[in-house]
Amino acid sequence: MNSATPVDTYSPTAQLSIRNVAKVFWGKKDLFSKLSGKKSKDFVAIENISLDIEPNTFVTIIGPSGCGKSTLLNMIAGLSDITAGEILFNNHPISGPGPDRGMVFQNYALMPWMTVEDNIRFAVETVYPKWSAKQVNRTITEHIQLVGLTGAEKKHPHELSGGMRQRVGIARALAFSPQILLMDEPFGALDALTRGFLQDEIERIWEQQRKTVIMITHSIEEALLLSDRIVMMTRGPAARVDEVLDVPFPRPRNREIIDQHPAYHDLKAEMESHLFRETRAVEEARISG
Amino acid sequence: MTVSDTNTSIPYYGGEKESLFFTEGVRAFLLFVGSLIAFLLFWEIGARAEWFASGMPTASETLKELWWWVTNPFFNNGPNDLGIGWNLLISLRRVAIGYFLASIVAVPLGILMGISSVARKGFNPYVQLLKPISPLAWLPLGLYVFRDSEVTGVFIIFISSIWPTLINTAFGVANVDQEYLDVAQTLGASRLRTIFKVIIPAALPNIVSGLRISMGIAWLVIVAAEMLLGTGLGYFIWNEWNNLYIPNILVAIFIIGLVGLILDSIFAAVERFVVFGRNS
Ligand SMILES: Nc1ncnc2c1ncn2[C@@H]1O[C@H](COP(=O)(O)OP(=O)(O)OP(=O)(O)O)[C@@H](O)[C@H]1O
Ligand SMILES: [Mg+2]
Repeated sequence: MNSATPVDTYSPTAQLSIRNVAKVFWGKKDLFSKLSGKKSKDFVAIENISLDIEPNTFVTIIGPSGCGKSTLLNMIAGLSDITAGEILFNNHPISGPGPDRGMVFQNYALMPWMTVEDNIRFAVETVYPKWSAKQVNRTITEHIQLVGLTGAEKKHPHELSGGMRQRVGIARALAFSPQILLMDEPFGALDALTRGFLQDEIERIWEQQRKTVIMITHSIEEALLLSDRIVMMTRGPAARVDEVLDVPFPRPRNREIIDQHPAYHDLKAEMESHLFRETRAVEEARISG
Repeated sequence: MTVSDTNTSIPYYGGEKESLFFTEGVRAFLLFVGSLIAFLLFWEIGARAEWFASGMPTASETLKELWWWVTNPFFNNGPNDLGIGWNLLISLRRVAIGYFLASIVAVPLGILMGISSVARKGFNPYVQLLKPISPLAWLPLGLYVFRDSEVTGVFIIFISSIWPTLINTAFGVANVDQEYLDVAQTLGASRLRTIFKVIIPAALPNIVSGLRISMGIAWLVIVAAEMLLGTGLGYFIWNEWNNLYIPNILVAIFIIGLVGLILDSIFAAVERFVVFGRNS
């Protein structure tokens, strides 16, 4: 416990294995950029990240702002190229996006011209073009029920509150049965109360499905409530995995009594000091230029 | 829980008290009617007192004439004496054909230019060069090539109303929110499905506002072009100018404005229909 996965001992049972992954955003160095003064340096966002994720675990990634959490998640999703290293998913290297991974976006990314129902339908029909209309409709109804949106099927996203929109986002990501759920600060745009409701929903749904989840968050309490493992990243540039914490609390979890567990306060204190240290270093680097 | 029942502390939630005559809508309407009456009076008196050019018709004469044309829209005594309804229909028909042809070229081409940066860079010089040309500059060329005033009118509408739709469509498609594309990608949607289910609906507000601007331009251009062609509202004005009968020119101007307004409102309604809470 409390140590990064050693680089050369990969878990054979891992569902997702991130191996020595780095991401460089290449700067603009062509002649035109030089002349127009827009030349920029290469930026090493993350370097040498290794991480094994076992099936049916809930993993959260936490780290100072701008360290490269979204970059890492986008690489797992296949939306962003991997500069070096590889990410194995069921022992096959990831080469692009695909419906074996479902994504929940921070700003919901719902299609405004589609109703709640049609947003989910679009996902299901894209992934399973051969399904009968009946099968598609049943899946839609099931997932609308799962996230507690029954009655809002025919509404458009702009008629819903932020919390309800993200419920649609979650239903859409679950409806095509991905093996793994990727969530980039899914509750980041919500107020505290709505956030709490949705965390409880996620906990409830997770107990039902036990699907592998990788979630990015800025909230220590959220990470402790939901995850089995917490990955703490260092600050960028060249961010790494600093530490992986195992969260031993029994499930199902309840936000009211979770802090009575003997390990809760130690874990929380450890995460706080890590985040505080990294964030302070970021601020200092910014001030000294 | 006890609430002290003092009348003085009961809050009033009705907003500002408004009497019937002072809602914003009513006041705007009163302003409109008031200024219209003032304008017509000024016109009437000015024309009678010959403040303007001599022979300028009075407001009452013009309104009488308007009433006559509006109540007798469809008569046909040859091309130089045609009811205003016929002329209007002729103009609308030319606009409809030219505009329809322009749209079915501009929308697909705009989508192509929005999706492919090669197409965008390759076609952009044509767009930039042709766009600023005054529509009337095409008139002699059209007459020479087509040898037909009808086809030339349609051609002028086509060539002048193609650009706003093309440019707006390309812009809308090129600027589709990356998140929508990410969603389609993570689902493994095919290129074609992404274009039809995501990119086009996402760009629809831009496409419709391009179509709206194009329609406005088509309506501006047809009147000018028809002065040099044979029929239509533009020719009606030109003909009345040759007859030196100013009231009819004013009638035609009013009708052109009114029709333009109606066309524009139709597109405004379509725009509202496709927005779904975006950019507002
Ligand atoms: N397309 C890009 N080109 C250049 N640099 C980028 C690009 N995308 C991200 N970066 C840089 O990479 C670093 C990591 O970005 P990323 O968005 O992954 O951070 P993050 O940990 O998700 O931050 P936050 O917590 O604020 O969401 C940042 O310094 C950012 O400026
Ligand atoms: Mg991020």
